[in-house]
Amino acid sequence: MPDEKSKAILNDIGTEELAHLEMVGSIVHQLTDGVSAEELEKVGLGAYYTDHGVDVYPSAASGVPFTASYIACKGDPIANLQEDLAAEQKARATYEKLINLCYDDPDVLDPLRFLRQREVIHFQRFGEALNSVQEKLAQKRFYQTNNSCMQNNNNNNNNSNHNNCCSN
Amino acid sequence: MYENINNNMSRETLMNKIQSINFTVIELGLYLDTHPDDQKALYFHNQRANELRMLTDCYQKMYGPLSILCPCDQWRWLEEPWPWEKGGNC
Repeated sequence: MPDEKSKAILNDIGTEELAHLEMVGSIVHQLTDGVSAEELEKVGLGAYYTDHGVDVYPSAASGVPFTASYIACKGDPIANLQEDLAAEQKARATYEKLINLCYDDPDVLDPLRFLRQREVIHFQRFGEALNSVQEKLAQKRFYQTNNSCMQNNNNNNNNSNHNNCCSN
Repeated sequence: MYENINNNMSRETLMNKIQSINFTVIELGLYLDTHPDDQKALYFHNQRANELRMLTDCYQKMYGPLSILCPCDQWRWLEEPWPWEKGGNC
């Protein structure tokens, strides 16, 4: 990342997102802890129980396991930040769908609402980081040749040569 | 500055307070990442971060470590429940 703001925000949001993974994992763990195989099968978790028991296995709602191929990094700060912004919106939309499905359980609903709000804030912060990076990349670059230093190279006075170079 | 901290707070109340101030500090931190010159936010971050440190010290003295970085006379890190377990504050 070309500027310090975006480095910091990526580090800090990334850290928070890992905590969100723990929160979602805890919700799943608490909902399935101690539930019998029969009950799990009744609510459509028979296949999950067969493969994973009640361990927390990171996968999409449709059962597709998480893989690193979901993460795009293009070696380009603008493309990468746009990807992060899109990921925040996708997460928000997913939380909204989960909220629609969990309307009857306040213990699940409240943390989901909290997580949804965090994605909105992260989107805002990433947007500010993107603006900052774009401004930085759009800046005109000036390259300075130290004329006084070059002139002094032809001068026999070594002291003044040294001083001029250091002050520039 | 810390008039809202007292030793009579229950473990649960103290933990709730720590979690809520911890969140405030992180949220102000994210804001400051992209607004480093906002003096008001910096002031609040300072205030809350100090309060968080005090409350965390207070909790750890009374109820045991909140992180593996906490120095202990005996190894209390193994004590249950963990945060995701029943009765583990979540």
